[in-house]
This record gives sequence, structure tokens and C-alpha cells, in this order.
Amino acid sequence: MSQPPLAPTGADASASAPAVELRGICKSFGRVKACDDVDFVLERGRIHGVLGENGAGKSTLMKILIGLVLPDEGSIAVDGSPVQIHDPLAAARLGIGMVHQHFSLVDALTVWENVALGEDGALRPHAVRQRIAEIGDRFGLEIDPEARVGDLTAGLRQRVEIIKCLRRDPAIVIFDEPTSVLTPDESQQLFSSFREVVAVEGRAVVLVSHKLDEVLAATDEITIMRRGAVVDRRATADADASSLARAMVGRDVSLRSEQAAFGLISESDDVEERATFASSSTPALDLRDVIVDGPGGVRLLDGISLRVGPGEIVGIAGVEGNGQRVLGDFLSSLVPATSGEVAVGGVPVVSRRSGAMAAAGIGVIPEDRHDSGVVLDMSVAENLVLTDPSRIARGGVLDTTAMASNATRLISDYDIQCSGPDAPLWSLSGGNQQRVVLARELDQQPRVLVAAQPTRGLDVGAIEHMTRCLRDAAVAGVGILLISSELEEILDLSDRILVMSRGRIVGEMARGDADVEQLGLLMGGAAA
Amino acid sequence: MSRRPVEWIGLYAVSVLAALVVSASLVEITGGDWRPVLDALLDGSLRGPGRWGESMSVAAPMLIVALGTVVSARAGLVNIGQEGQLLIGAAFGSYFGFLIGGPGPLNLVLILTFGALGGAFWASLAGGLRFWRGVPEVLSTLLLVIVATQAAAYGLKHEWLLLADAAKRGNRNQVSEQLAEGNRLPYFHLFDNGIAFAVFLGVGLAVFVGFVLGRTTWGFRLRMLGRNPRAAQRAGVSQRSMGFTALAISGAFAGVAGAVMFAGGAFAFGNYRFVPGFSSNIGWTGLLVALVAREKALAALPVAFVFGGLRTGGGFVSSTGVESRISDVIQGFLVLALLVPPAIMFIRDRRRARAATTART
Repeated sequence: MSQPPLAPTGADASASAPAVELRGICKSFGRVKACDDVDFVLERGRIHGVLGENGAGKSTLMKILIGLVLPDEGSIAVDGSPVQIHDPLAAARLGIGMVHQHFSLVDALTVWENVALGEDGALRPHAVRQRIAEIGDRFGLEIDPEARVGDLTAGLRQRVEIIKCLRRDPAIVIFDEPTSVLTPDESQQLFSSFREVVAVEGRAVVLVSHKLDEVLAATDEITIMRRGAVVDRRATADADASSLARAMVGRDVSLRSEQAAFGLISESDDVEERATFASSSTPALDLRDVIVDGPGGVRLLDGISLRVGPGEIVGIAGVEGNGQRVLGDFLSSLVPATSGEVAVGGVPVVSRRSGAMAAAGIGVIPEDRHDSGVVLDMSVAENLVLTDPSRIARGGVLDTTAMASNATRLISDYDIQCSGPDAPLWSLSGGNQQRVVLARELDQQPRVLVAAQPTRGLDVGAIEHMTRCLRDAAVAGVGILLISSELEEILDLSDRILVMSRGRIVGEMARGDADVEQLGLLMGGAAA
Repeated sequence: MSRRPVEWIGLYAVSVLAALVVSASLVEITGGDWRPVLDALLDGSLRGPGRWGESMSVAAPMLIVALGTVVSARAGLVNIGQEGQLLIGAAFGSYFGFLIGGPGPLNLVLILTFGALGGAFWASLAGGLRFWRGVPEVLSTLLLVIVATQAAAYGLKHEWLLLADAAKRGNRNQVSEQLAEGNRLPYFHLFDNGIAFAVFLGVGLAVFVGFVLGRTTWGFRLRMLGRNPRAAQRAGVSQRSMGFTALAISGAFAGVAGAVMFAGGAFAFGNYRFVPGFSSNIGWTGLLVALVAREKALAALPVAFVFGGLRTGGGFVSSTGVESRISDVIQGFLVLALLVPPAIMFIRDRRRARAATTART
């Protein structure tokens, strides 16, 4: 399948040198090593896939190449000569262009105006439109230059973003997860036309992705990153989905079994206790065919059906951006469903009304607590009664004594470090803010607790505390929906694992049968 | 925490002093003498006989406007159209007051009620645009001031609306009928000062608003909506109905202020008539009071008094022979001096908050 690389035009000394060569790149953010001694070689005339989980260091590496991030150590050579890339302009001068993951388009402007944005000198509308038509022809990216960007579908916007990049005729093009908003058809079409051009014109292309099938279909070689380091490099012809998945996820053993071996958890008793809940009664949470459409008609959740029994922990695994956040928002009454049904403990819930989910007994630890979990400007005591202040009120008048004693009790129960009930929430550390959320949501004795990325950004001690609280809640009969992009966390806690991809549940397995390779495949969007 | 009151007093002292120094230099540069000007300012607002009562009475409608603004600001809404809401409130109050009539106290209740309804109606136009059509309330409330001014002027051109019968007004005067003596809000005479009924109304409302915002679940939810709309929505606060209500309430307060000015304003804003230019910038000033009081109902009490004093004292300054433009500039400086400390503290608090959250998450 792989094509022989063609010699680039203009055969001189650079002919033999790779388009880009990175050697020994290191970059740390605080204590986190985003890139740890990374070597990366990009040849002309080929598409090079960079594969890895979230936080594996792919994006940081690419940002170094484009001059958005400066490396701590290491050298960069373009066409064999060493260079320093201090800013994106320097990268552009070297012929390096990037198509970003997030759109940087102005909705109110037309396609050609967006493409012309950021150009120097006089504006020549005619020339810009001609260039757009030319690029469209050559790369199969036809688009109406007069269309208003705000009216376009996500796929077409992505197209504009790509044209913006190609307009400068870059010799080296980086795609940062370009297809996260494209349909499979669109992405296939994009890359098939791209392959030809790349090979003929001797360009070099990097495709950053976490989608296995896409990388397999579109690239010539693959670099796999994990935790800031390159763990594997191979020709696409020699790779298959399962070996890639294994390399990307990087483990065969689940953390849970290791912990059990060290005697850290006494799994036998709580599992049995919970099993009795699960078998006997109506599900705590029951979603049927929930469809959520975003602005512009993008289908964010595409027919989600799932059940969480009382006392059961159901984990939702998946690469971020596949609808997990929307699911959390939906269960917080923050987005309405287009269709579908929700029932909590057998009682149907009206999804459109604000606060209906919380009132029905769905507690939520949101993915971003600052988004909907807390009010930073209010005190700890106030945040502890945020979702239902009427609990500490009589006839609509707040009982400040009750509020204070409620706060004192929860502060000590959940070991929240703060200067007192009246401390403003922003004065607390992230971990303690998260404890405030946890304390409030659990204290209201929910039927269901949705925990979205509950341990993100927490230190080891806080993670342990959170994990223990979730287990205890399950033992007490709360149905727990654990949404996480950390496979370890999912494997560690869940009784049952669902895999989410592109707004759908694409697989389900009991914890006992969990197979990392299979999970990785499902998360990468490959058919089960 | 204990450092904060000291910081506040220090900031105010420095900025007011700076404004006074600048104003004094301005008076000197333009050929005047600063001492009599300062004396006039103090005489007019506090020291002269009956002057502090006058200052309080002038401050009362500003206070009422500010209290409404505090309510909408708590919900995170920026209502800056109080001037228009006040005008419409006064127009509604006077129109329906004359239309329905009735004995003194009953007529007064009518006037105040329709004042509130008028102001609420005017703010609801902006509220409807905001919550059903997505038009920013900053723009719509402001622009509706202009519409209100025109509507009031139209009313004063037609006898079937606000214009008094020819017999009851001076030639070509575009004014409404005068409110009968028995139908006016009372003045109370205490310590040789006349204090308008509106002062007591304002103080009562301030306590009430302070209680509702600080101590009830309604106020709690309102604050939540203002500080984090998404958290509020999750907790069952409907942004649409709660926000709309808050905006209407703030309009109602401005409307009451207008009705109070009509039926018993301190320095008789229109001598108990609805007249062109009736609102006399009280709406704008009330907005400033709310800004300085920073969303706190009880803090609006002293702030409104200071602004009232600036207004009454400002009149005396003009009588010292200082050019009226200069005395306007002096007033402007003093208002600025009151606005600067809250701005500084706001920026500082936000920086601290941001530093705290980024450092710790």
C-alpha cells in the first residue's frame, strides 16, 4: 500500500536530508514532562501519523515545531540545516504551516475574507478568490468563497481552516486532529486527495490523531507517543489496529489488580454488597435513545441508551471530545435533548426544565467545576448548599445558623482545608474546591452521581480520597456514572465499562472481561 | 480581612482629597478663590439652615433608583436605562393619577403603583429583547432612554395624554396639570429641616432589599445567577424568568422614584407637574450611586446622601460667581473621586481571585 517517496523537486544537498528533524526535545510544564527526549523525523513526500492518548505530548511537540512553545532542550533542523523557531512567523518563513484543532475563524465574515485575514499589504479580493478556487481544485477542497462562515457546517469550516493554511503554500503541513469534527466520509475524501498531492509535490505532512482507523488509512509511517516519550515508530504497512492500540494505551495489567495485590483495597466485600443492589431493583438511572444536537445541527449525542443500577459503578471510557462532556451537561440540565427519555429510579424526568435533573436526584461532579459546579465568589458555606438552598431555609428565609452548622459538619466530614465556612471559595485550592463539590453532591443523598473526570488535576492524596468516597457512595446504594478519559481510573473503579465514541456507546464489557487492547480499539473508533 | 475597611477609608480619603486639590487649582487658575467655593459647597449641602434635610430629600429618588439597580446587578444584568424608566414611571403615575383621581392617600397609592408599573414596563421591553431575542440589555436599556424622552415629549403635546387644559397652564407651556395640594406626599419637619416622605420610603426599601438579597432563597438564587449562570441553571434557576424579573424590578424601582419626584419631590422637580426634562438626571445619578455602592443595598444609603449633597451644594457654588461650567467640572471631579476607589478595589480583588485560582488549581 505504501508508495515510494518521490525525490523532491530541486535536487541539491537538501534532497537527502529530511524535511524536519527533531533531536532530543525536552519540555516541562512545572513538574509535568510534556516531552521527554523526543526524536522525530519527517520525510518529504510522506504523511506521518502521530498517535497517542490525551496528554501524551503530541500537541506540545507540534507546538514546538510551529513556534508556539519553546523547547527546554534539543535541536531542530529543517532541510538539514539547524534552525531556531521562536514564534509562528519564523515557522511560516521556514514553510511550516499548521491546521489547528480549534477553529480560528470569524463567523461574520465570508470564506474568502477569512482566508485573507492576517495577510500583509493591500487586499486583493480577486486574487484571494482565485487562489481559493485553485487550492480547491488541486486538493479536492471545493468551497464557495462568498459563503458566510457562520452558515457553514463544521466540515466545511474545517475546509476553510485548511485552505487558510495551504494558501501560504507551506512545504510542511501539520494537521492537529483535523477530523475530530469531520464525518468519516469527509475525512476519507480529504486524505485521499491529499496523498496524491503530497507525493507529487514533495511536501511533508504530519497528521496528529488518536483515531486508529484514520491513521492507518491516511499515513505512510506512524510515531506513537505516550507520557511525553516516543514509544514506537513503524511503517503503516507493518502496523495493525490492535498492536497500535496496545502501544498507545501501553499496558496489559489493570491498576486495580495491582492495588489488590498490595492489599490497598478490600474489593471482595463491597463488590458483593453492591451486587445485591444491582440485581434486585429498578435502575437508578435509565437513559433511552437520548439525542442531543448542538448549534449548527451537529449531532453531539447520537442515541445514547444506558442503565446504571443502584450501587453500581458504570464507567464511560473514551477519548475526550466524543460526547462525554455533552452527556455530563445533559445530566446537569445544561443542554436539552432533541429526543429520548430519562428516568431516575423509574420516574421520568423532563430534560428541558432547568434544574430538573438535580431535583430528580442526579448529583454531578462536573468535568470543569468552575463551569457549573461552584460559584467562586460565594463562600464555602453557600457553595455547600448551592443546588438547593431551600434545605436550610424556612418560608423562603435563609437560616444562617443552619447554613453555618451544615458547613461546619461537611468541612470536618470531608476534611476540607479552608479558613472557615465564610471563606470565599476562590481562596481554596483546587483539590479542596473539588471536595466542596463532592461533599455537597453526596450530602444531598442523590440516587445517581455523575462523576466526570473527578480526579483530574488532583494530587495523589486527593485522588485517593475521591476514589474512596465514590466507592463508599456506591456501597450506600448510589448509582455512579463515572466519565473519564483515564483508562486506569475506569478499570480501577467500574463494575461495568461502556466505551463512547463519536457520541455513541460503541461497546460494553464487564470489569472481569475488560481487555485493554479491545478497549483501545473501541476508543480509537475501530469497529468492535 | 480586617485590613479591608482601612484600605477603603484610605482610598476614599486620598481620592477625594485629590479631587478637591485639582478643583481648587482649577478655580485659582480661572481667576477665582477656592475658599469661598468650598464654603459654598459645604453650606449648600450641610451647613446652611435646612440644607441637610434638602440634601436627603434630593438623595431619596437617587437611592430608590440605586436599589433597583442593585437587584438587576446581582443577577448579572447591566441596566443603564434608569433615566428612561424613571421618566416613564413619572409619566404613568401622573397620567393615571389624574385620570382616575380619588381622595388624597388613595390617589397617592395609585400614582406610586402606576409609577412602578410604568418603570417595570419600560425595563421589560429591554428584558424581552434580552431573553427572547438575545439583544444585550446594555444597549437596549440605554437606547430606550431616548425613546422614553420622545414619548414623554409627545405626551406633553397632547391634551388627551399629559398636557394640561389650556386654562390650567401658562401660555404655550408644555406642562401637565398640577397635583392638588391634598394629593401630595408629605414633608416632615424635624430639627428645622424639611424631610420628604421619599426619604423614609427609600430607607425602608433599602432595608427591605438588603434583607431579600442577603437573607432569602430568592436573593441567594439571584446572586448565583449573576455569578455563575450555569451553576444556577443546574440548580433550577431559569435564567429567562429570573433575569427578566430582576430587570423588571429594577425598572419598577426607577419608576417609583419618578412617581415620588412627581408627587413630592424635594426641590419640587416640576412643582408637582410633569414637565419637559422632568427626570433631571436623577436616573443617571442613581446608577452612579449603585456603582459606588457596589451591589450592596445598605451601602447605597450614605452614597446617595453624598451625591444628594453634591447636587444641593453644587447649586450654591454657582452663586459664588464661579462660572457655571467650572462648577460642573468640580462636581464631575468629586463624582469621579467616589468612583475611583471601587474601581481600584474591583480590579485588585479580581487579580487576587485570579492569582489564587490559577496558583491553586
